[in-house]
Amino acid sequence: MRKHLIDIKSTSVEDIKLVLETASSFKDVLSRDIKKVPALRGKTAVNLFFEPSTRTKTSFELAEKRLSTDVINFAVPTSSVVKGETLYDTIKTIESYGVDFIIIRHQSSGVPHFITSFSQASVINAGDGINEHPTQALLDAFTLIEKKGTVEGLKIAVVGDIFHSRVARSNIFCLRKLGAEVRIVAPNTLVPKGIENEGVQIYNNLEDGISDVDAVMMLRIQNERQSGGFLSSKDEYFRFWGLTSKRLKNAKPDCIVMHPGPMNRGVEIDSEVADSAQSVIHAQVINGLAVRMAVLYLLSTA
Amino acid sequence: MTEILIKNGHITDPLQGIDAVGCVLITGGKIGKISVGADSINVSNPAISVVNATELFVFPGFVDMHTHLREPGFEYKETIRTGTLAAAKGGFTSVCSMPNTKPVNDNETVTEFIVRKAMMEGYCDVFPIGAITKGQEGKELAEMGMMKTAGCVGFSDDGKPVVNSLIMRRALEYSKVFSSPVISHAEDAFLSEGGVMNEGYLSTILGLRGIPAEAEIIMIKRDIDLAALTGGRLHVAHVSTAGGVRAIREAKKDGIKVTAETCPHYFSITEDAVNGYNTNGKVNPPLRTQKDVEAVREGLNDDTIDAIATDHAPHHRDDKMCEFDRAAFGISGFETAFSLSIRLVHDGVLTLSRLIRKMTCEPAAILSIDKGTLREGGDGDIVVVDMEATFTVESERFLSKGKNTPFSGWQLKGQPVLTINRGRVTYDNFTGRL
Ligand SMILES: [Zn+2]
Repeated sequence: MRKHLIDIKSTSVEDIKLVLETASSFKDVLSRDIKKVPALRGKTAVNLFFEPSTRTKTSFELAEKRLSTDVINFAVPTSSVVKGETLYDTIKTIESYGVDFIIIRHQSSGVPHFITSFSQASVINAGDGINEHPTQALLDAFTLIEKKGTVEGLKIAVVGDIFHSRVARSNIFCLRKLGAEVRIVAPNTLVPKGIENEGVQIYNNLEDGISDVDAVMMLRIQNERQSGGFLSSKDEYFRFWGLTSKRLKNAKPDCIVMHPGPMNRGVEIDSEVADSAQSVIHAQVINGLAVRMAVLYLLSTA
Repeated sequence: MTEILIKNGHITDPLQGIDAVGCVLITGGKIGKISVGADSINVSNPAISVVNATELFVFPGFVDMHTHLREPGFEYKETIRTGTLAAAKGGFTSVCSMPNTKPVNDNETVTEFIVRKAMMEGYCDVFPIGAITKGQEGKELAEMGMMKTAGCVGFSDDGKPVVNSLIMRRALEYSKVFSSPVISHAEDAFLSEGGVMNEGYLSTILGLRGIPAEAEIIMIKRDIDLAALTGGRLHVAHVSTAGGVRAIREAKKDGIKVTAETCPHYFSITEDAVNGYNTNGKVNPPLRTQKDVEAVREGLNDDTIDAIATDHAPHHRDDKMCEFDRAAFGISGFETAFSLSIRLVHDGVLTLSRLIRKMTCEPAAILSIDKGTLREGGDGDIVVVDMEATFTVESERFLSKGKNTPFSGWQLKGQPVLTINRGRVTYDNFTGRL
């Protein structure tokens, strides 16, 4: 395992598999009465979230605490960042407290990469711009293995705003590396240029795109995308690309439905699907904790 | 003023058709005499400085029609003094400064300031480019006539396109009165909005917003059509795309008054330079693909592209040591320009004489300035080049305040060793051999 986890595109298949295996033993820990292990006692992690994210931040924080790591939460809106301090200085300041892990979420793509160029700490990307969200892809792969036994050979449709989605990018890299057949389903305005070079099939039609698939990964449609000329309206989006139980019948009968959350019910996904037995959205949340524990643990031994 | 005799160098002056070993005498700041043949000029004056240029090349001082000297307003990035010092090291004796300063060079007062400051502190001649529109806001024409009188040699809102087609039409019509070209920063600002690199597979993989080649191509085509409509003189800055080269080639065939420049980075490197989120490869227009690099080279070869300019865009370290999408666009270009350009000769794209044209008399002609040749009686602007010198680019040793270059660490061959501007030595890395 390398020192940082900043993306999936440069992470080897071996390392991906190592994380998934390790996560599986941490998941056992989470089912015990006492859910805390001393694995990272004496280590310090800083959660540095430049974008609000309750879910991912909570998941990381809990993973750190379950491993007995000391945790610093860096509250960006009240910090020196708003006073015009450069990102470089912010990181240097934090680093001088002697932190072992920097968990960073930032609105600019490439920031975790930038930090590794001068920081001594292990950097974990918790989402950068429209680039990657590696731990999300790992927890999705973990969930697929849990539900389907393997990722290899599965047919998986990733549906929605591929262009702006770091979850989609990380998942495309991860699922392809693990041998899945990946389709992306979106209106053309949300299909990034050249993505077919990653070995994915592009579908504009949702029924075709999910036909016979083993899993559907829904992506969140953000409100601001409507004003950017990417979409015409939420209503029209739901009409053509919203996942309803009727449409889901095109997929395999045991197809699972995934979503990184938070969901826009009635925009990308119908409530009936979100709350159905095929939905594994809650399992994804728990698995996220196990995967993040595994990542922290493995990086600390790197 | 001392006299300088440059002896037995290989003189290449394309405008006069000279390409042979010979001697040049500079006297009173002017080219006093030029003569083909070894030891063809002998002077008895013992006070004269003699430069033995045996096995070296002697060219007219280079003319850079597109630079950013940052003064007034951004002196922390560069000043007229440091910028021209770096230019002199690059073999330039004349540079044009773009108007996106603070305040914008959109009136004669700012133009006069730049001209005077350059006369006092500069290491080369500075010819300002005035803004097309007041404040570079694209709304009202700037005072082109008064700026021309004060020393401007062309007009551009460089850094920004003139979005409004009617204003661009007026600029091309109005500038004809003053016989000055309108220099287009060709970018469809709606199409490029939010973009930080070339749009394509790589931008998708890096998760960075792309600028499609069409943002340049569409604007070049529009400006060509407006040049045809008005009969005005259009010059297209920093051509970076295959489609742009093609459009200019067609326009020239159709007899439209259009000229064009490109920069060393557009014929030397591709978008791959930004891989790893390297902000030193962030430039506007963005670095493109191999296909575009080849088309730009082809455009240089068939004279679709008339001139090579640096678009020298120095930035402070802090403007590049940051998030990629927040980083400034630009490359500090003076000190690598010639050594990158000479690769075109090594690669057989241009002959040496044709390369020198594109760095001397061609840009001078586009701007109607009396530079770019070793004509007797003309300004004593000369660069002596050691074509065999190999060196490693070390940006930390740049004389420019801007250390921002994607070429750091590159091994290059061919380097200016002596630059003379109006008879004054402005750069001397040669003393050992003098
Ligand atoms: Zn420009």
